[in-house]
Amino acid sequence: MDGPILSAGFDVARIRQDFPILSQTVRGKPLVFLDSGASAQKPRQMIEAMVRCMETAYANVHRGAYHLSEQATEAYEAARAAVARFLNAADPREIIFTGSSTMAINLVAHSYGRGVLRPGQAVVVSEMEHHANLVPWQMLRDDTGIELRFCRVTDAGELDLEDLAAKLADGKVGLVAVTHMSNVLGTVTPAQRITAMAHAAGAKVLLDGSQAAVHRQVDVQAIGADFYAFTGHKLYGPTGIGVLWARLEHQERMPPFMGGGDMISLVTQERSEWAPPPAKFEAGTPPIIEAVGLHAAIDYVTAIGMPALEAHERQLVDHAMRRLSDIEGLTLLGRAQDRGGVFAFALDNAHPHDLSTLLDRAGIAVRAGRHCAEPLHARFGLEAGTCRASFGLYTTEQEVDYLADALTKAREFFT
Amino acid sequence: MFDDLRDLYQEVILDHGRKPRNFRRLENADRSARGDNPMCGDRMGLFLKLTPDGHIADAAFQGRGCAISMASASLMTETVKGKTAAEAEELGTRFRGLAMTGTCPDCGTGLADEMERLQPLSGVHEYPSRVKCATLAWHTLNAALEGTPGEERMASSE
Repeated sequence: MDGPILSAGFDVARIRQDFPILSQTVRGKPLVFLDSGASAQKPRQMIEAMVRCMETAYANVHRGAYHLSEQATEAYEAARAAVARFLNAADPREIIFTGSSTMAINLVAHSYGRGVLRPGQAVVVSEMEHHANLVPWQMLRDDTGIELRFCRVTDAGELDLEDLAAKLADGKVGLVAVTHMSNVLGTVTPAQRITAMAHAAGAKVLLDGSQAAVHRQVDVQAIGADFYAFTGHKLYGPTGIGVLWARLEHQERMPPFMGGGDMISLVTQERSEWAPPPAKFEAGTPPIIEAVGLHAAIDYVTAIGMPALEAHERQLVDHAMRRLSDIEGLTLLGRAQDRGGVFAFALDNAHPHDLSTLLDRAGIAVRAGRHCAEPLHARFGLEAGTCRASFGLYTTEQEVDYLADALTKAREFFT
Repeated sequence: MFDDLRDLYQEVILDHGRKPRNFRRLENADRSARGDNPMCGDRMGLFLKLTPDGHIADAAFQGRGCAISMASASLMTETVKGKTAAEAEELGTRFRGLAMTGTCPDCGTGLADEMERLQPLSGVHEYPSRVKCATLAWHTLNAALEGTPGEERMASSE
């Protein structure tokens, strides 16, 4: 491939130089990495920040009264403050570090679900949830008798707000837990409107921002929700760290999720008292190096600017829509008005796994299967799954063209 | 762009993938099993009719999956017909070796023609993530043979 096209104010070529892995070849072809929705590649700045932490300023946090531990504690808390700014949270104490989005949602399902919600109440999820925002609620339902309701998704792949209103109507819903951006359809959901509807019906709102936080500027105060979850590794940060933003008033009411060190203020043989939020929810040694990495990743994307990143992605999405819509025999899943850089598709004459093997031969990395969203694929009658191309800030229009050409040739191959 | 993939997707694979043989449900099957590959969603039901002396009189399957898994099941049902359970299991052991390594050191000794028939699938060994697609049918066959009449056994290639 030749040099990437430069969007206005956004120098993709220079950005790509920050990602060491992108200069690789795969089976003799330049790597075309279109699986950032599963996990994004890492910029040198983030990698170096983690190495620097380990080489110069590493010790356990919140424990030692010595220089290194104080430094590490300061870095860990600075990461919390950076996440708070990134989400426009009102207070850094609203930020709880977890191991992943999955763990963040499980924390809410256990702690808020079992500690605050009551039998007779209901939780609403949507048909387009990632299993991470579905299975924990099924487990809650099976444990407690709390009802689980599914908000429908329209044929275009948007959340059916009329159905949401219907699901909220009886006033029994205690929590609406929905994605802020589908990892399959690319649909960005109207978070503010969903929150307003839920609150009017007396329900709290959890947004799964695993995808959205990467593709959109998120302002939790403007959205007005109650919980927001995202993960570090999709945001060009390390694996092993996730974030739960939770309003302090909810944290106060919620019992701890896991017990251990660091989450207590007093322990005797008989009992323990919980530390104040958010420490109450961070039992054990936290992901310290990962927090430093996440901080660096947030600095990296905010230096580029989320608006510039969104504009670049909008161009890519429009281009991909045009190119992919032109391919004979290709079904695109989801045609939402507001969407990010995630495209799931199926060819009429190739199983997704065969197709992804072919694309791999061309150096193109896409994901095949049901992308942890089995009910959604059933909803669209695609039980065999789809292939999914998902973009990162380093994705170029040439890569989209290369994918489109490869898909056309793949269809010929299987004919 | 994809010429080197003809090793994996040989014409016989594409043919069996598009038009799998013995693709039906066997009524009154003596043995049956369901095979699942939960990672990729491949799923099949396998049905066997046995003779009183333990030969496989008929083998058929139904299911959905990629070209590799469908072709493998199709070729397997053709290959095991007329074999004893022990021979079918031996074929399965050799086939799994072939799929994982691309070679079959024992293939000169007995059942050589049968293994020759399965040879087109040997290209899968170069694609570690796809080996399970090729072996699912054979795991399912083992489960069926280990079962009892009327029992639906479960197999997984995970």
